[in-house]
Amino acid sequence: MGQIQLNQVTKSFGDVQVIPPLDLTIEDGEFCVFVGPSGCGKSTLLRLIAGLEDVSSGHIAINGKDATMTPPAKRGLAMVFQSYALYPHMTVRKNIAFPMKMAGMSEDEQKRRIDAAATALNLTDYLDRKPGQLSGGQRQRVAIGRSIVREPDAFLFDEPLSNLDAALRVGMRLEISELHERLQTTMIYVTHDQVEAMTMADKIVVLRSGYIEQVGSPLDLYHAPRNKFVAGFIGSPKMNLIEGPEAAKHEAHTIGIRPEHIDVSKTEGTWKGVVGVAEHLGSDTFIHVHDTGLADMITVRIIGDIEAKHGDTVYLTPQLDQMHRFDDKGLRIA
Amino acid sequence: MATQHSRSAARLMMAPAVFLLLVWMLVPLSLTLIFSFKKFLPLRGDQIESGWDWVTFFPSLDWVGFANYGRFVSSSAFWPAVSTTLILVGGVLIVTVVFGILLAILLNQPMWGQGFVRILVIAPFFVMPTVSALVWKNMFMDPNNGLFSHLWRFFGAEPISFLSEAAMPSIILIVSWQWLPFATLILLTAIQSLDGEQLEAAEMDGAPVLKRFWYIILPHLGRAITIVILIQTIFLLAIFAEIFVTTGGAFGTRTLSYLIFQRVLESQNVGLGSAGGVYAIILANIVAIFLMRIVGKNLDA
Repeated sequence: MGQIQLNQVTKSFGDVQVIPPLDLTIEDGEFCVFVGPSGCGKSTLLRLIAGLEDVSSGHIAINGKDATMTPPAKRGLAMVFQSYALYPHMTVRKNIAFPMKMAGMSEDEQKRRIDAAATALNLTDYLDRKPGQLSGGQRQRVAIGRSIVREPDAFLFDEPLSNLDAALRVGMRLEISELHERLQTTMIYVTHDQVEAMTMADKIVVLRSGYIEQVGSPLDLYHAPRNKFVAGFIGSPKMNLIEGPEAAKHEAHTIGIRPEHIDVSKTEGTWKGVVGVAEHLGSDTFIHVHDTGLADMITVRIIGDIEAKHGDTVYLTPQLDQMHRFDDKGLRIA
Repeated sequence: MATQHSRSAARLMMAPAVFLLLVWMLVPLSLTLIFSFKKFLPLRGDQIESGWDWVTFFPSLDWVGFANYGRFVSSSAFWPAVSTTLILVGGVLIVTVVFGILLAILLNQPMWGQGFVRILVIAPFFVMPTVSALVWKNMFMDPNNGLFSHLWRFFGAEPISFLSEAAMPSIILIVSWQWLPFATLILLTAIQSLDGEQLEAAEMDGAPVLKRFWYIILPHLGRAITIVILIQTIFLLAIFAEIFVTTGGAFGTRTLSYLIFQRVLESQNVGLGSAGGVYAIILANIVAIFLMRIVGKNLDA
């Protein structure tokens, strides 16, 4: 069980309102990702759910019971922090045992759960080391181990991968996803990285300055962004947004076309431009096209390789069925 | 730019300082050692007449071997002085560390006028030991007009003569007052370096306030506490002024350093006092080694 419901929740620090009234329901067993640029209030929102910050107004219900005033320890949630927040003077074993010790669990049960967690997370060989002797990925796993032994109703992750290097991040991303598949426990995951959001989430909540811009499955957000912000935030490389007469042709204030939905030709097409930088990744090629008269730069993604170098003239053809249209308020035109 | 030339120039320029430091330390130490093996009673008539030849290391003074050492230890005042010293050091350490931790936690809370309060807390450290001891003696602990006496009378109790009836606790109080700022300051900086997420993690893990203190804050402070104990011990073993201006070594407050002072200046027995000085050096080293052993583990981690 781990359904979390936010009802008209707000948070202010002094005069500054960080979270305007906000409603959100996270269903039991869901992997929910809060994503948004820095300072959008996603970490604050997580801390409100955890109980580390008090809400200014509104209610939080966990499993249908009002938990607005419940202290963090009693909410049945476990949190993994960005800095891991391991206790440096305790061994890995004691770190993992700490929440159970605080709960007054029997030694045998503690040992059983530590062993189970250590096996699941590949930590068996490191149980007697101190956190200082572990690598970043191992520390991350200890932090996760410490949270799973409590068997919480929901896990809260606060940018857990941002201190890891790129290769490790991909690995840990998979491990956390697998953990979710295995435990089927509610997880709330905060990140500023839309790739993490897209790959892991059942449900993505896109936040900007405390407001929820859109809630939906990763593919919903990709195919039907509700506004220009979500359109630009989800997807990599970013969606091309074009304003002016070209947009007016499609009866919109702004049109958006993703780099992967533009065809490139050397001889003919709708738009003409000059290649700026071409990034050859092997599997894909990203071409940045200038001088189209539409926007500063149009990014195009081509599967595979293409002969294109700086200064070449190319023709671009957008796939019209994949085009997004937005009105003058930035909202999607259906 | 470490050329041959600049290196020798550096040596030349450092030489006076090195020389001065050596003389500063080695001369008193060797004189203490020499005196401790001699019979040296500077006010005795025969010794005054024969005069002391400083240049040739006092040929007129008789070598007495370890007689001074034997006499210093066999004196009835020796063991009480050692235990008084240890009680004083131990008492002050306990008071300063315990209250230092509490004050550090208090000062770490965000509050109005934090900067000013911090300066106030540090203030006692700037007062000279002699002055602060006199202030305590006359302002607080005076049996007739001291503030403590008024406090006692306010609650209907009969004021006591603190410095004679409770001499050791009074002196521990005075010295603790002086050293509390030092402990507080070091512990405060240590507490400020504690990662807030660790406390939040402990809170999520179900640890209430006192357990967070015991399992997270206290271990984090371990190293700072070690440093406070080490540094304070070194200075507290040599406490003198506070005893001199308050009890004059009476009422069971005669520490080792005060005993040495009495042997040299009140009994005018330089040899005996020097032997005591050598014992004090040995005691300080024993304590230091023990502390290093106990807390060394802490510093490694």
